[in-house]
Amino acid sequence: MSPIKPLAMRDVLLYRIWLAMAEDPRLFFVTADFGSPILDKIRADFPQRFINVGIAEQNLINVSAGLALEGHVVFAYAIAPFITMRCYEQIRISLALLSTVRPMNVNLIGVGAGYSYVVSGPTHQCYEDITLMRALPTMRLLSPADHISAEALFDRCMASMGPKYLRLDAQLVPVLYADGPPDWQSGLHVHRRGDTLCLLATGYMLHTALAVADRLAAEGEQVGVIDLFDISHCDAELLHAQLAPYRGIVSLEEGFRGRGGVDALLFEFIARRRLPARLLNVGVEPAYRFELGSRAELHEQVGIGPEAVWQAVRRFRDSL
Amino acid sequence: MSVPVADLQQKAQWVWRETLAIHRRAPETRLASSLSAVEIYVALYYGGVLRFDPRQPLAAERDRCIISKGHGSISLYPVLADLGFFPLAELQRVCHSGSFLGGIPDPVIPGYETVNGSLGHGLGVATGMALGLRCQGRQEPSVFVVTGDGELHEGSCWEAIMLAGHHKLDTLHLIIDDNQISMLGFTEEIVGLGALDQRLASFGWECRRVDGHDCLALQAALLEMKATRNGQPKALIARTRKGRGVPGLENAPLCHILNPKAELLDSLLEQNP
Repeated sequence: MSPIKPLAMRDVLLYRIWLAMAEDPRLFFVTADFGSPILDKIRADFPQRFINVGIAEQNLINVSAGLALEGHVVFAYAIAPFITMRCYEQIRISLALLSTVRPMNVNLIGVGAGYSYVVSGPTHQCYEDITLMRALPTMRLLSPADHISAEALFDRCMASMGPKYLRLDAQLVPVLYADGPPDWQSGLHVHRRGDTLCLLATGYMLHTALAVADRLAAEGEQVGVIDLFDISHCDAELLHAQLAPYRGIVSLEEGFRGRGGVDALLFEFIARRRLPARLLNVGVEPAYRFELGSRAELHEQVGIGPEAVWQAVRRFRDSL
Repeated sequence: MSVPVADLQQKAQWVWRETLAIHRRAPETRLASSLSAVEIYVALYYGGVLRFDPRQPLAAERDRCIISKGHGSISLYPVLADLGFFPLAELQRVCHSGSFLGGIPDPVIPGYETVNGSLGHGLGVATGMALGLRCQGRQEPSVFVVTGDGELHEGSCWEAIMLAGHHKLDTLHLIIDDNQISMLGFTEEIVGLGALDQRLASFGWECRRVDGHDCLALQAALLEMKATRNGQPKALIARTRKGRGVPGLENAPLCHILNPKAELLDSLLEQNP
């Protein structure tokens, strides 16, 4: 466990934006009536470049597009399921499509990946966003696993044009990158190397992957663990090289299993690259549920908790 | 660059004819929706309303004009070609393989700002543009948006209308091509829009009505709107007739999806050389 105290992903990212807004007049912050303590500073210090469009996600996207067309670097901010699904056609038309012919830098900050709004239920939880954002060829899909990597997203957003979706956890999660954020250019980070098995996870599920790897290591089996934080544009050659030695690969995502998310990406990658590995896809059982419980309990119920994954990975290993 | 034309109505007649000719060659285009907006485009582009430079379609000082009812702007193709945004010869190739002029205009066409035709997007994007320009301290470029009245069924339009009114975006201008017909009939019978001017006014907009086929009245209203900076976004409800000038099409409840026979188009083109 890292000695660094975990911070909220949104707070560290918004703090970086707040700092940069003082220096860079291009920066604009637009929210659909969603807040945070740091947001209050942005609102107070930069009233000309802070807009609350109200509870109106469609307009959030279109207004952000208009600002970007006038040369602004836009950060648009709302709860993850709302900023991806309420306004999907606006994202498709005014960001994904338009940005192919007009230079635009719009960064969608979605807070509440997976089950991170634990007791709010399926309206506020988000298991479809990876699939939906992956479907847009020009969208960059960034999914950090701790607050250090979330903070580094700011530099990533400033470094390139185009629409990006930042999939942030709403809860505090343990620090994994105490020595510095991962290399955003590569899109993935190897945490451990293994013998025959590799766990490839994104976001919160990286913590689960590491816990499962610890347990398997205690049983005498070294398994690889990779953080896939750029889901749309990771370095394909690096991914190939990292996956090539393994006989079994396990994808882990806090999103529906078998519905076009990270698992689909890997199924296609393995087939297209003719890798020798088989894939086990760990994701949320594709159904809507209303049970209340802690995140750990919910994860076990839908098959993505550390216990369920440990068992599934052992069965998978034995079947190889 | 602006191009005042002494006889706007004569120019409108030419645009009307060219639109028919395009549709004769490319029946996939939406004729009726395009004909209701002919005079609106003529007033905007020839009436000295919009500032533009065909050699630099995205010049920083241009007025922004978003044609949100993209499908209904086949009649803008001859205007843009005539003004030099692209060669007139391109009008012969609308909807052909390799042409950039399609049935629904794309932002690859010089003179088009955004993705249009999926309805309900233009006004929100325009609101963002007006907010950005104001933040940069630039009062000069105006932002214009052309929508249909049926397009106002899209809730996203009203999200933008509310925000623009709240922020007193007086550089924003909405022109409603009020032909009162959407795809399946009269808007009043589908979902009535009621007193549009009062609805807009209640959200802080200044609203005018005009005969949308009277170029001079359109020009006068647009110039006056553009010259007024009074803390209110402006709307112009231009009453028009969908499919104007084409017998069987004009104001027919299903004219959106009706294609006039080739012989009728040929005879209209012959009568209007």
